[in-house]
Amino acid sequence: MMFSSSAAPLEWVLAVIAYWLLVGLASLAFPRTTRAASHVLFLLGALGCFALAAIALGGSGAAPARIVLPLGLPDLPFHTRLDALSGFFLLLLGATGAGISLYAAGYFADLRDRPLGLLSFFYHVFLASMALVLIADDAYLFMVAWETMALSSYFLVTTDHEEPAIRRAGFIYLLIAHIGALAILLCFGVLHGAGDYTFEAMRDAQITSGWATAAFLLALVGFGAKAGIVPLHVWLPEAHPAAPSPVSALLSGVMLKTAIYGLIRVTFDLLPSVHWEWGLLVLALAVVTTLFGVLFALMQHDLKRLLAYHSVENIGIILIGFGLALIYMGTGHPLLAVLGLIAALYHTLNHALFKGLLFLGAGAVLHATGLRDLGRMGGLIRHMPHTAFFFLLGSLAISALPPLNGFVSEWLTFQAALLSPALEQGVIRSIIPLAAAALAMAGALTAMCFVKVFGVAFLGVARSDDVSRAREVGGWEKSGMAWLAALCVLLGLFPVWMIGRMDHVARELLDNSLTLSGIASHWLWLTPVAAERASYSPVIFLGVIVVVVLLTFWLVRRLYHGRLRRGPAWDCGYTGLNSRMQDTAEGFAQPVRQVFAPIYEIETHLPGPFDREPRYHAEVRDRFWRILYLPVGVAVEWCSRLVSRVQGGRIAAYLTYSFVTILFLLAFVR
Amino acid sequence: MNWDGALNQFVQALLVVAAAPLLLGWVNACRAWLQNKRAPSLLQPYRMLRKLLQKDAVLAENASWVFRFAPYMLFGCMWLAACIVPVLATDLPFARAADVIALVGVFAVARVFISLAAMDVGTAFGTLGARREMFIGALAEPALLIIFFNLSLISQSTSLNTIVETLAHRELAIYPSLAFAAVAFVMVLLAENARIPVDNPATHLELTMVHEALILEYSARHLALIEWASALKLFVYCTIGVACFLPWGIAEAGDWGALPLALAAMLLKLAVAGAGLAVLETVSAKMRIFRVPEFVATAFMLAMLGLLLHFVIEG
Repeated sequence: MMFSSSAAPLEWVLAVIAYWLLVGLASLAFPRTTRAASHVLFLLGALGCFALAAIALGGSGAAPARIVLPLGLPDLPFHTRLDALSGFFLLLLGATGAGISLYAAGYFADLRDRPLGLLSFFYHVFLASMALVLIADDAYLFMVAWETMALSSYFLVTTDHEEPAIRRAGFIYLLIAHIGALAILLCFGVLHGAGDYTFEAMRDAQITSGWATAAFLLALVGFGAKAGIVPLHVWLPEAHPAAPSPVSALLSGVMLKTAIYGLIRVTFDLLPSVHWEWGLLVLALAVVTTLFGVLFALMQHDLKRLLAYHSVENIGIILIGFGLALIYMGTGHPLLAVLGLIAALYHTLNHALFKGLLFLGAGAVLHATGLRDLGRMGGLIRHMPHTAFFFLLGSLAISALPPLNGFVSEWLTFQAALLSPALEQGVIRSIIPLAAAALAMAGALTAMCFVKVFGVAFLGVARSDDVSRAREVGGWEKSGMAWLAALCVLLGLFPVWMIGRMDHVARELLDNSLTLSGIASHWLWLTPVAAERASYSPVIFLGVIVVVVLLTFWLVRRLYHGRLRRGPAWDCGYTGLNSRMQDTAEGFAQPVRQVFAPIYEIETHLPGPFDREPRYHAEVRDRFWRILYLPVGVAVEWCSRLVSRVQGGRIAAYLTYSFVTILFLLAFVR
Repeated sequence: MNWDGALNQFVQALLVVAAAPLLLGWVNACRAWLQNKRAPSLLQPYRMLRKLLQKDAVLAENASWVFRFAPYMLFGCMWLAACIVPVLATDLPFARAADVIALVGVFAVARVFISLAAMDVGTAFGTLGARREMFIGALAEPALLIIFFNLSLISQSTSLNTIVETLAHRELAIYPSLAFAAVAFVMVLLAENARIPVDNPATHLELTMVHEALILEYSARHLALIEWASALKLFVYCTIGVACFLPWGIAEAGDWGALPLALAAMLLKLAVAGAGLAVLETVSAKMRIFRVPEFVATAFMLAMLGLLLHFVIEG
């Protein structure tokens, strides 16, 4: 093994990966669920996550370290490297994974007759492969880890493979993952310089601007397929609901982020320089993805599908920051690019935390009631007060409300967008604020969507008997959610501290950073450009809100007699109130459907005047299936029918083909 | 930390909370005059608050903590907003902690909590109101943000203090984008404060009500807080409009001598704004609820046009 100096954090990361693989192997010894085994295995996994987060945090700001592992093929050893970018994403993996593993320790214990050992094996291999993707320093290891990640998560998604719908979801996931992997492979093919597949060689390779654009586009398609950029998003709303909830949390919270990692790695690290035109393309895609995601999320009534569409939206928001960074970098404004990149990274981390939290909350509801359909929930806050509280925090965070973490990253993105007058080209300058407008729109619609989710699921009156049987989840589940919720609050309150970590990433990738440019930082005040331009202090903000609310509370208590009685709901004096009179999830989003009707493909069934049992039914479908995927499917079938003519099933014919091929090769290729 | 600023901040925070119902009373009185009715006293909103604070609170049996907490949160958010907007002087130390984007966020927090509270009891009207409120908000909030972007592009800052200082000092420069922003702002103000033509604060009519539907289940102290918060919201919106689009006369940091003039100017400007609001409410009719999205979308588009215009003219 070859060590370079100061490789200690990297060794530790490798140790954690090896540890996870060991836990995975050990869990194969438990074929069936036993409560104790589940607790032990996933808690061991959680320990690895905590360790990883601590290592990544401790090693931040250190110089890049390299280790060449004596594994892999002869002459093709695995190169690993830990730099600030990898460190940041490892931190994300550790911090999010820790909460999810804690939760899983309780959650999987109650799953009867499931092959727990297998589940735990794939789960830990999945964690290990994600960490390997993040530290890979050659295309070979990267692809191996990337594919391991895809396969292990495929088996996790299809845990309930008895159901045909879940098998279908898994297939779609695997298909799009492989289309993406193919594009990434081609991208590395374009990038590789002197016949060497290490990233080191790619950094030094001199490639022309045309090839660089080709590599960028391939990376965008490849990583975009994993991240869920429209129109490659279709696997998310299928795969996320199919998977068990902790796995959905891991998929959406962490795995999507490896794609963001890959995109940043290729564009800002491996490619020699960036062009602003790329940024414009990314920005356009990002805006479409953001609005598309949130508008479709509003139409969903399956809780996990809804969350999956919100992942699409949030990937869009991350890419808005990334696109801004590209534009600013391509036009020679590195400091503004730093701001865009930090906004993107901050939102990446935030999304991992709150989306993980929300998926865990959805899992808790599913576990307690067996329901994913919002139309049958209602009033859960009375049965599951803690879950409701954590879910509310997650909802507020994802809706970008101050002083939680979602607001910080959207604030940074807005600030980056508002700096567009610094650009010279008139057209781009005026396009960038349009992206900000789209982001503003998406934020407001997200708030509406989560009022819908929380209001319909947790508030109001129960819409079915399943709810009244619901019980609060156990301690492990609660602690997992509490961990993620606490991080959401902390990242919302102390953004400057985290941005300091991200500044290292910017310094490494863009040769510029906030601190290098002499922008003062103070733990209390977030001032990314200059204090007179923009400042935000979440701690003071929260402090004032708390003080004001407490003061109001105290004054009302003092001035008011405090008599209070409980009675039936008034509802303008109507007495025959029942649970069906509340708004449903569909009803709540109906105005949006009306206004944005051209975007959706809606099939409505209206009852006729003489229907004995009148039923109203409306279904909203994703247009992309019909206009993009169906034609491609038809084309593929047509091609395979052509090929099948050649494939007659007779060995003699096949031997003839081989013979002709060899003749051809002998004649022309030598 | 300068003590002048802190004092100004403190005085403003108290003054605004105390004066907010007065503006509401003024608007109501003006409207009554315009409609040839006998106007209620200017102090009528205070009397209503006193009445509500004396009554027994009735809570629905299944109301959760969200329902009881929301009025306090609503009031707190509006109070916070009132602390950010410069009313008399631009010397507000707390305003550094929250810029215009955070201000929009504060309004959003209030909206989310009151909508959740409306859904808590599970009545038909409550959910109806929540749906309408969130939808109108989902269009009005980005419009407001874009209006602020218009202003911050002119003043190179998202801090409301700096924006107001810059706008108060421009030397007769004309910004066409400001005109668009101002019209859009008035439309957003009408939509966000449940005024005619978007919502009628005077009736409970199930086909059209938005704000009233949200708070149907509230009574006594909770209702008093909500009503007070609504008055505060109207006041804050009016002062934002006045400070951004008619900033003349506002006192600079540390300039105590200018305060009496600033107070007089602010009173005059608010009186005119309130009367203007009453005129708008008298000459226009309540829209059908299905037309409201168009109305708010128009505000959004106007704000966007202002933004583009800024780049066309500046570029």
